Amino acid sequence: MSSIISIMISAVLTDNYVLSQFKGICPFLGVSKKLSSSLGMGMAVIFVMTCASIVTYPVYALILAPNNLEYLRTVAFILIIALFVQLVEIIMKKVLPPLYKALGVYLPLITTNCAVLGVTLANIDSGYTFIESVINAFFVGVGFTLALILFTGVRSKLEDCDIPETFKGVPATLISASIVSLSFMAFSGL
Amino acid sequence: MNYIIPVAVFAILGSISGILLTVVSKIFAVKTDDRIEKINESLPQANCGACGFAGCEDYANAIVKDNAQTNLCRLGGADVVKKVSEIMGTEAEVQEAVVSVMHCNGNCNVTSKKFDFHGVNSCAGASRFYGGNGLCSYGCIGLGDCIKVCEGDCISIKNGIADVDESKCIACGKCVKVCPHGLFSLRPVSKFVDVRCSSEDNGKTTRSICQNGCIACKMCEKKCPHDAIHIVGFHAVTDYSKCTNCGECYKVCPAGTITMHGKNKKESDG
Repeated sequence: MSSIISIMISAVLTDNYVLSQFKGICPFLGVSKKLSSSLGMGMAVIFVMTCASIVTYPVYALILAPNNLEYLRTVAFILIIALFVQLVEIIMKKVLPPLYKALGVYLPLITTNCAVLGVTLANIDSGYTFIESVINAFFVGVGFTLALILFTGVRSKLEDCDIPETFKGVPATLISASIVSLSFMAFSGL
Repeated sequence: MNYIIPVAVFAILGSISGILLTVVSKIFAVKTDDRIEKINESLPQANCGACGFAGCEDYANAIVKDNAQTNLCRLGGADVVKKVSEIMGTEAEVQEAVVSVMHCNGNCNVTSKKFDFHGVNSCAGASRFYGGNGLCSYGCIGLGDCIKVCEGDCISIKNGIADVDESKCIACGKCVKVCPHGLFSLRPVSKFVDVRCSSEDNGKTTRSICQNGCIACKMCEKKCPHDAIHIVGFHAVTDYSKCTNCGECYKVCPAGTITMHGKNKKESDG
């Protein structure tokens, strides 16, 4: 039980994928303009991460490892991730068309989001059991969503600021992203 | 055997994913209006954006979903308007084709440079320094920002100023947006009498720096039988909806600002 709690805390706070490990920066900067779209993106990533972990763990443990095919795990995992991203896309297009429009190109880009592949590979590398893997994946997704929501708040404050002409747009966003990530360094001793 | 297992594993994984996706996409299929596809097919697919939408597909969407007008595609002309209107089952007036016209005739023969410009090779850059390096700070800078954006490859620099080849112009309107001095406008293709000056300097100043510049003498305004030309901001502006190509303003203009088929009096006389 204590190991599960430590996995949760580490996934969300100390080893936050976006703000401490700098994975998945693309959607972090891309969809953090509006709270609704960043929430939607976070949910999509949580879903893809959790489902991908549920499938990749047995695929690795039962199919790849016994046949000495560990070297093919990246390809196999990407295939599974792509499958779930496609599922999310098809379902979202039908059920939540406005969110589908708001996420735009970032939705299919979850496929190549290194955070998703990263979490599935990290599950294997850390020697987690199946339950721990799924919990880890879910809370990494929660951490991603948390980072996205925090940053959406920072960005909406940024809108009201009088920024020098040179720094408007992407430069100001990147600088504030680095400051937000600094704040997460405080969790590193936890 | 070493090869067969991985191939088999991926074949099975791939086919399971494929079957799953097909089933889900059938269950969650979104009904799209097949008119959108039909309209999109009849559009020219140049994605020039002249209609005001982000490309042909976006425009097709807007026609069906937001009741956008069916006659906005300038590139396609009357044929496309007819086809699109048929698909939508509406009548649409065919808009007259328009072409881009550049309202400056300050070529190298009639005006000269204020200073040598060695900065970024673009009009937008040059215009930040005292309105460009020409003596006239309202005229064509001639560094060709319009050429870079032109969708029809119809603009070239001739004798120091941009020249539009009307036969190639597809009226995408990008030159209108990009010119830092706002020298371009779109006018009906049937009109051919243009004011080729946009200077807001007073007559005396214009006279001293450009031989083709409008000196705001108002002769054209007085002579025009159709009330189609007026002095606005120290230069003449044509109201193309009233203009009949009669050429009275062209004949009377003392500065040679007004052109007929792109040439002013001085150039026509040789």
